[in-house]
Amino acid sequence: MKRYIIKRLLLLVPVLLGVSIIAFGLIHLAPGDPVKTIVGEHASAQVISEAREKYGLDEPVYVQYGIWLEQVLHGDFGRSIISREYVTKEIAERFPNTFELTMTALLFAILIGLPAGILSASKQYSAIDYASMGVAIFGISVPVFWLGIMLMLIFGVYLGWFPMGGRINILYSLDRVTGFMVLDSIITGNFTALASVIRHLILPSIALGTIPMAQIARVTRSSMLEVLRQDFIRTERAKGLSEKVVIYKHAARNALIPVVTVIGLNFGLLLAGAILTETIFSWPGVARYVVQAVYDRDYPVVQGCIVFFALIFVVVNLATDIIYTYIDPRIRYK
Amino acid sequence: MERTKESRTRELIRRFSDNKAAVFGLIIICIVLIMAIFADLIAPNSPNPSPPELYNSLKPGFWSTAGVEGMPLGADALGRCILSRIVYGSRVSLMAAVVAVGIAMALGITIGVVSGYFGGWIDTIFMRIVDIMFAFPALLLAIAIVAVIGRGLDKAMIAIGIVYAPQMARIIRSSVLYIKEMEYIEAQTVIGSSHWRIILHHVIPNSIAPVIVFGTLMMASAILDCAALGFLGLGAQPPTPEWGTILAKSYQYIVARAWWAATFPGLAILFTVLGFNLIGDGLRDALDPRLKT
Repeated sequence: MKRYIIKRLLLLVPVLLGVSIIAFGLIHLAPGDPVKTIVGEHASAQVISEAREKYGLDEPVYVQYGIWLEQVLHGDFGRSIISREYVTKEIAERFPNTFELTMTALLFAILIGLPAGILSASKQYSAIDYASMGVAIFGISVPVFWLGIMLMLIFGVYLGWFPMGGRINILYSLDRVTGFMVLDSIITGNFTALASVIRHLILPSIALGTIPMAQIARVTRSSMLEVLRQDFIRTERAKGLSEKVVIYKHAARNALIPVVTVIGLNFGLLLAGAILTETIFSWPGVARYVVQAVYDRDYPVVQGCIVFFALIFVVVNLATDIIYTYIDPRIRYK
Repeated sequence: MERTKESRTRELIRRFSDNKAAVFGLIIICIVLIMAIFADLIAPNSPNPSPPELYNSLKPGFWSTAGVEGMPLGADALGRCILSRIVYGSRVSLMAAVVAVGIAMALGITIGVVSGYFGGWIDTIFMRIVDIMFAFPALLLAIAIVAVIGRGLDKAMIAIGIVYAPQMARIIRSSVLYIKEMEYIEAQTVIGSSHWRIILHHVIPNSIAPVIVFGTLMMASAILDCAALGFLGLGAQPPTPEWGTILAKSYQYIVARAWWAATFPGLAILFTVLGFNLIGDGLRDALDPRLKT
């Protein structure tokens, strides 16, 4: 097990180097003088010469890459052209919001998708099966941004149950402790803020969680069906175990193995979906930040965000694989 | 030989048409195709009337007495007929998806076949590149590419094509690895056929089934991602009637309760994507019944 994890960690090195080359290439492939790309069109002569010096822009490209990589490894992606703040600081400020959104969405996806898939499989070809799989196929086909708009239209505009966007009611103030607003409001005992924060979280989470929910339901169903066909299930039924025990205790446990992988793979979808969800709901997260940076041609920010997202994605995938081997001893002992 | 081949195709068609969901998907896509081809005949109005008919701004459709004659789905903020924009939009969206998937297939098949067939260091290099591209969520990589090459429908298509290529490459590679070990390929090598002949006449035709299935499912994702880029303002630019762009320009009016402006273009995307997904699922089940659940 330990050897497997070390091997996987070592394999990450070339992938992350590749990611860094792509992010580095962004600035050099972008039209125009790289120095202007880094500091912006309207920088003063002094700022320009400083940047030239800092990034070694008069050196050959591979030297520049080395200089840049060293700074990145120290967490320095330079400053945003627009706000003049450090990119790393700006990402760190926004990340808790993206984290809260994606985690609630994932929670929603698992809480609905998993039982729906198990139920569908245990009652194959029943009305429940057709209904939930019908919803699931619509669920994987729906554009996230449109679903978000529809939720806003119904629950925000017509029913007025939930706010149309943002992270918290602007009338409330919340002391920043960890940056995670749900956590901060609990720590500071600010329950009016907590209610507002949760109300703002609901619609975006449903919009973002629907596609993963549908995927999880579909995979859980087919994985369950596969397990239910196996001999040990027949044996259990034959020896008179109740259907409940067979399905929930024995079949579902075995069926969950591929589902874990799908949840991990869906993380990429969640991050991509967050780009759209945050844009619609004016959510102050990293994903909306990167879209804004592309509009503004704020390349240091685009660069920083891309490396950041790739890093998260790669780590999540690794974690998924490790959990996978952990819960399925058959892989571990191969 | 001919007879068995024909009956195999026939069996495939039978299996596909027994699948009600798949047939439903096929009907949806046929409707969208007809809309795209005969847009000039079907659309009741021009998608971009000139001069603009601003006096029709956000007027509702057939369900209301306040609606405009000849605009069954109502009008957008600039007074343009929503139905007509959706009909013309089918042309833009389908074409964009076809080009994107075409690019992905051309790149993916080349990389996958070369990688799988020759193996060795070529394979290692290509697969490492594929691994690196898999380290990015697809839409994010597409956005990064657009950040470099610029906005616009043509650039969005290229970006999505590049982003999808690695998935295609992996699928092809694994099926090539399997086919390569078959006896008939060995026989070809023994009688002295060139690599190109073996690849073009034997390897590619035999790995075409997964390409068709994943190509269809990829059409669904390509339509979604093209619309997403359009929606973010990084793909098709207004006034092009592209579904994502139409949505981007009308969703702010939901506050004014002009629900039709945002609802119908989204439904068009939803059903087209659904259609391709259903066909893809159906083809997969028909080509390989063992996978059916």
